[in-house]
Amino acid sequence: MSNIGSYEERIKDFSWEIAEKELDYKKGDVINIGWHCTDRICQMGKANKTALIWEGHGGEEKRYTFDEIRKATNTIGHFLRGLGVKNEDRVCLFMDKIPELYLGFLGILKIGAIAQPLFSAFGDESLFVRLDSAKTKVIITQRKHVGKVRKLLERMPSLEHIIIVDHDGLKPLKEREIAFDLEKAEQIDKFEIYPTTAESPSVLHFTSGTTGLPKGVKHVHYSIMSQYLTAKWVLDIQDSDIYWCTADPGWVTGTSYGIIGAWSNGATQCVLDAGFSAEAWYKFIEKNKISMWYSAPTAIRSLMKAGSELVKQFDLSSLRHLASVGEPLNAEAVIWSEKVFGMPFYDTYWQTETGSMMLTNYPGMKIKPGSMGKPFPGITAAILDEKTFEPITEPNKPGLIGFRPGWPSMMRTYWNAEETYKKKFANGWYLPGDKSTIDMDGYYWFVGRDDDVINTAGHLVSPFEVESALLEHPAVAESAVVSKPDEVNMEVVKAFVTLKPGFEPSDDLELEIMNFIRKKLSPLAMPQEIEYLDKLPKTRSGKIMRRMLRAQEWGQDIGDTSTLDDD
Amino acid sequence: MAEMKDIVLQYVINEYLEDEDEVLSYDSPLISGGIVDSFSMVSLKRFLENKYKISIPDDKATPEAFDTVNKICTLVNEYLK
Repeated sequence: MSNIGSYEERIKDFSWEIAEKELDYKKGDVINIGWHCTDRICQMGKANKTALIWEGHGGEEKRYTFDEIRKATNTIGHFLRGLGVKNEDRVCLFMDKIPELYLGFLGILKIGAIAQPLFSAFGDESLFVRLDSAKTKVIITQRKHVGKVRKLLERMPSLEHIIIVDHDGLKPLKEREIAFDLEKAEQIDKFEIYPTTAESPSVLHFTSGTTGLPKGVKHVHYSIMSQYLTAKWVLDIQDSDIYWCTADPGWVTGTSYGIIGAWSNGATQCVLDAGFSAEAWYKFIEKNKISMWYSAPTAIRSLMKAGSELVKQFDLSSLRHLASVGEPLNAEAVIWSEKVFGMPFYDTYWQTETGSMMLTNYPGMKIKPGSMGKPFPGITAAILDEKTFEPITEPNKPGLIGFRPGWPSMMRTYWNAEETYKKKFANGWYLPGDKSTIDMDGYYWFVGRDDDVINTAGHLVSPFEVESALLEHPAVAESAVVSKPDEVNMEVVKAFVTLKPGFEPSDDLELEIMNFIRKKLSPLAMPQEIEYLDKLPKTRSGKIMRRMLRAQEWGQDIGDTSTLDDD
Repeated sequence: MAEMKDIVLQYVINEYLEDEDEVLSYDSPLISGGIVDSFSMVSLKRFLENKYKISIPDDKATPEAFDTVNKICTLVNEYLK
C-alpha cells in the first residue's frame, strides 16, 4: 500500500494540517528544519538507524546514524556560532557532494543562519555574483575549490571567514581561512538550537532569469511541511526504504529532497559523489539495495544510451519506485524504464521558487508517458490565457501554468529584488514561466518555456549572463545566446558571435571561447557550439532578435521579421 | 602514443584540474573521478578534434571512453588511422 493511498480521496478534504500534525507542529511553535531532520527523528526512537550512506571517488564509504548526524550538525552549528555567525547571516556551502555539505546545511539551519548552497562547478564570476548579492558572511568549502574563493577576496569585504573542511596542513592557510575537521572535532551532544519560527528564513538558492543577474530565492523553515509530505506521498518514502536522490544540493532538488524531504521522513539515504557512469550507478543501486530512486531525465537518457543489455548485468531487484525531476521526462524514457526496470519513472514538475513538487504522477495513478501528472493535493493549478491570465477551460489548449499562492514552501521573495518577485504574479496566480496544456483527464503536458531561459539538464541558464560573459573575451564584439536541441540534455547553450577587428574565426578560437565561459561561469553555461556571424540579427532599434536565432536552431518558423534591420 | 598521452594529460591538468595538489596519471579516472564533468567533456572532445584533425562521432564520445588519458588516446588513435 502506498503512502498516498487514493489520490482522488486525498484531494477531497486536503489541508496542510496533515503535515503539521505529523510533524507535531502547532501555529506559533518553534520550527527548525535542522532539528526536525535530526533530533526529532532520534526522539522517535530511530537514533541508531542509518541516515546516510556516502560513497566517494574510488569507492571510499562513510556511514552515519541519525544520532551521528544529530551530533555532527550540532558540532558544525557550534563551530559557526563560535565564529560569530548569527541568525539570518548567510553561510555559503561550496562543496562537492561530501558529507560536510549535507551536515553543514542542517548545522547552519540549527543556528538560525541562512544556508546558501552553490554548485561547486561554478566558475569564479558565477560564485562572485551570488556571494555579492547575498553579502555572504562565511563560505564553507574544500581545498580543491578554495582557489576560486581566493580570487574574490578583494571584491568581497563582507566575506569574513573561509572554512576549509579538508585542510591537510601541507600548505599554510591564507587570509580569512580557517581549517575545520568534522571528524576530529569534539562532537557536541547537547546544543541549543536557535528558536526559528515558521517564517524565519532558511535557504537561499539562486536561479537564473532571461535578464539581469541570478536571483536569490528565499525560503523559510515552514517549507518543511511541503517537502515532508510530498516526499512521503509522491516519492512514497517508507521506513524500510533505501533512498537515492541523485541531485546535487547546489540546486534545489538536492536540498528539498536530497536532505529535507528524506530526513524529515526518517529515511536512510545514499549519496554517490562521483562522476556519471551508467555502470557505476547500477553498481551503486545493487550494492546498497536502493529501493526508491529520484533522478533526472538527462541521467535517464544517458542510461538509455548506455543500453538495455548493461542493466541485465546487475541485480536491481531492490528497486520498487522511481521518480524524475528537472525537465520534462519524454515518453520514450518512461516506456524504456518500464521495459528494463519493470516500472516507470514518475515525472514530477516544480522549480526553485516553488520549493516542492507541484504537478506530479502518484503511486497507484495511471501513468500517461510524457505527462507531468496532476496537481499535488492542496495545490490549485490552472492553464492561463497569456493576455488575460484567466483560466482556460478548453482541454488541450496551451497557456501559461499558474498556481494559487499559499503552499508552505512557496518562495517568500527574491533576495533584495521585491519588484522582480511581484512580477511573478498576475491576476492572483503565481507564474512559474512555463507553458502547458491539460487533457480531458486533467493531466498536464509540458509545452515549453515562456521566456528565453535555457533549461539544460534540468538547470536554468540565463542567456543574458552568458552573453555578458562572452563580451569580456577579447575577441568577441557582440553575442547572442540561445538554446539548441540536445538528445540527452534536452537543450544546450549555443552562442552566435561577431568578432572584433583583427580576429579571424577558427576552431581554436571557438574552443578558447568555450573554455573561457566554462571557467568564468560554469560547465553548464559553456556554449557547446559557437557560430561566427558577420552581424547579428537586430531590430531597427538595435535589439538582438534572439527569437530568430532560436527558431533557426529548433527548425521552427522564424515568425514576423518586419522589424528586422536588414541594412 | 607517448607524446600524445603527455599532451592530453597536460591539457587536462591545465584546463580541468582544480586541486593543484592532486597528481594525475594516465590512468586517473577523469569522468568517474569528478575531474571532468559531462558538459566539460564537450570541450575536451573539441580539443582532441582540433589538435589531431579528426572527428569523433558523438556516440563514441562516452564517459567510459573518456575516463582516463589512456582510454582517450586509444580512442583518438582509432580515428587517426
